[in-house]
Amino acid sequence: MISALILVPLFAGIAALILRNNLWRRALLLITAIFHTGMTLSAWVVKPAPSLEGWLAFDAIGLLFLSITSLLFFFCTLYAINYLKNEPPVNHEDFEERVFFSNAPEARFTGCLLLFLATMTLVPLSQHFGILWVSIEATTLASAPLIFFHRHHRSLEATWKYLLVCSVGIAVALLGNFSLAVAASMEKGNHISMVIGEMIKDAPHLHIPWLKAAFICFLVGYGTKMGLAPMHTWLPDAHSESPSVVSALLSGALLNCAFVGILRAYQICSAAGIAQFSQSLLIGFGLFSMLVATVFIIGQTDYKRLLAYSSIEHMGILSLGVGIGGSARFGAILHAINHSFTKGMLFLLAGNILSFYKTKDCGRVKGISRILPQSGALWIAGLFAITGSPPFGSFISEFLILKGAIESGHFIAASAYLLFLALIFIGMATVMMPMVQGVTSEEIKNLKPGKETFLSIMPPVALGIIMVVLGIYIPSFLSHAVEQASNMLGGF
Amino acid sequence: MIVFMITSLLLLGSSRLAGCIRIVALQGILLSLLPLMVSGGGLTIDSLILSIGTIILKGMVFPWLLSRAIREAEVRREVEPFVGYITSLGFGGAAFVISLWIGSRLPVPHGEASSLTLSVAFFTILTGFFLIVTRRKAISQVLGYLTLENGIYTFGVGLAYDEPLLVDLGILLDIFVAVFVMGITLFHINREFDSISTDQLVELKDGEK
Repeated sequence: MISALILVPLFAGIAALILRNNLWRRALLLITAIFHTGMTLSAWVVKPAPSLEGWLAFDAIGLLFLSITSLLFFFCTLYAINYLKNEPPVNHEDFEERVFFSNAPEARFTGCLLLFLATMTLVPLSQHFGILWVSIEATTLASAPLIFFHRHHRSLEATWKYLLVCSVGIAVALLGNFSLAVAASMEKGNHISMVIGEMIKDAPHLHIPWLKAAFICFLVGYGTKMGLAPMHTWLPDAHSESPSVVSALLSGALLNCAFVGILRAYQICSAAGIAQFSQSLLIGFGLFSMLVATVFIIGQTDYKRLLAYSSIEHMGILSLGVGIGGSARFGAILHAINHSFTKGMLFLLAGNILSFYKTKDCGRVKGISRILPQSGALWIAGLFAITGSPPFGSFISEFLILKGAIESGHFIAASAYLLFLALIFIGMATVMMPMVQGVTSEEIKNLKPGKETFLSIMPPVALGIIMVVLGIYIPSFLSHAVEQASNMLGGF
Repeated sequence: MIVFMITSLLLLGSSRLAGCIRIVALQGILLSLLPLMVSGGGLTIDSLILSIGTIILKGMVFPWLLSRAIREAEVRREVEPFVGYITSLGFGGAAFVISLWIGSRLPVPHGEASSLTLSVAFFTILTGFFLIVTRRKAISQVLGYLTLENGIYTFGVGLAYDEPLLVDLGILLDIFVAVFVMGITLFHINREFDSISTDQLVELKDGEK
């Protein structure tokens, strides 16, 4: 069952690389996505047995993050099918520099998308630190060709930075893996396995200085992939230059995978009794990421980069929430869900806007509410959802993190957190509101309303509905799972 | 071990790309012998498979891929660093001392032999980082990445050699695909800009344009 979840997208990806007919390939993408989502949802009812000697297994963290990935992938697939249908393969006009470029072959796009799904499935299910590392590195490699779908030099630059920065980052995480292995083998005659569950049991026997070194390496390494400042430099470029549907997946699913890597390392640390040490690091990186995001969000002129920096902010919030502990930990896990769906929705909408206005400059996008009325309304809803306003789910999770911070006496962190949230709200609203309203120039007044197809609107609507539902009522099975996942992190 | 350190120093001082590739290949081969030495005479199937895999990938496939990339890109055969060779070697010397110091200070599981391994590993890792940061050409950055990876691997094999074979092979496979994808990207960079200098990859940034 677990192996099917990984192997089906893997083989489908290989098949998509070989298949000649575009229609067949899109059908294959859709069928795989439906199958994957169905399997993942069924895992909520019947917990599948571990496979590969317990190296791959479902636990609360894995199940939650896999479900996020799977659902988001399903909606992105619906969107992607429409997107691929409307993308002419050659002779695109580059709307920023008026030169022509062509897209990568659709086979490569779909194939890599499916391989990307396979690797992202492997990450949350890995129970062995080695497999975890292999799978996180594999997500980088499977997604790099996706960023380079539009073959022009800006996306090439983004791809190169992504590959190099993330590979080096993940190499540091490999150093973390080895340090952890050293920490496990310091005590004579004691062989501690690298499987997470067993390691937690043997955690008191781990060598503390090496464990600390390992955690720092993991945090820096996987933090690079997760987009924590100051290792975030690849993120705005990759998110702004890749096709919007890929940006949605990068932001909503890939960053979470790296977060899972950090959570696994944190599990070991808190079991070994150095939770305090790791928490202060997480809080530091979290607040610094929020600071960097705030600085770059205010005055941002490119709306896809704006969303990318907002992802850095939210990764900072996740790290901060785990660092604070208590009810903030519950909030952080819940926030991962909220952020993924909201950001997925916003990036898909950004894709709609981009394909009509042909510019990423927010100064030249005006009057969406008249030209693309549905996208415009959703764009505003997305703005409120991502900045944590009620009635959306992120309000609750951000509030829980604040509550946790105040309860545990982190007053400075709490006030910095509130300040950053407020500034980011202002920064994002001043960019996103005028895009929807404000019709000034004659040129835009004369634009005819654009066509909004069902498949370009349905996925963001569905994601938005999930957000509203989570804001009003968290179903008991979900809150139970989030509770379990946050308890797995141990500590206090 | 000492040879390993010398290869890293050579990398810092070498001005020819082809030479750098050969040195990294040599490093890879030396690295592949390490699991055999560590397993202490008892030649297991696992360590043998791993060694052969490492020799094939790091000693043959990577150098071949990279040499091909140079040939196809028809780049100038020099490294063109941001920082001069003498300064690089100076950094190498400093890194050498620091690594020896770190190696002697950190507690290691298996006595003195592995504290030397630790120093070598740190030195190679530092060299790798330095190469990535200071070299202008994309291909030199790939070489830096491989050096970094070699250093980390030395650390892993020398100190913590009990990873299961599957994991090791997975790591090797990942690095292989990484170099492969980087090679393809190199090819595109070359076609797009007529050079593989990363100086030109500066368009995406925030603030003033």
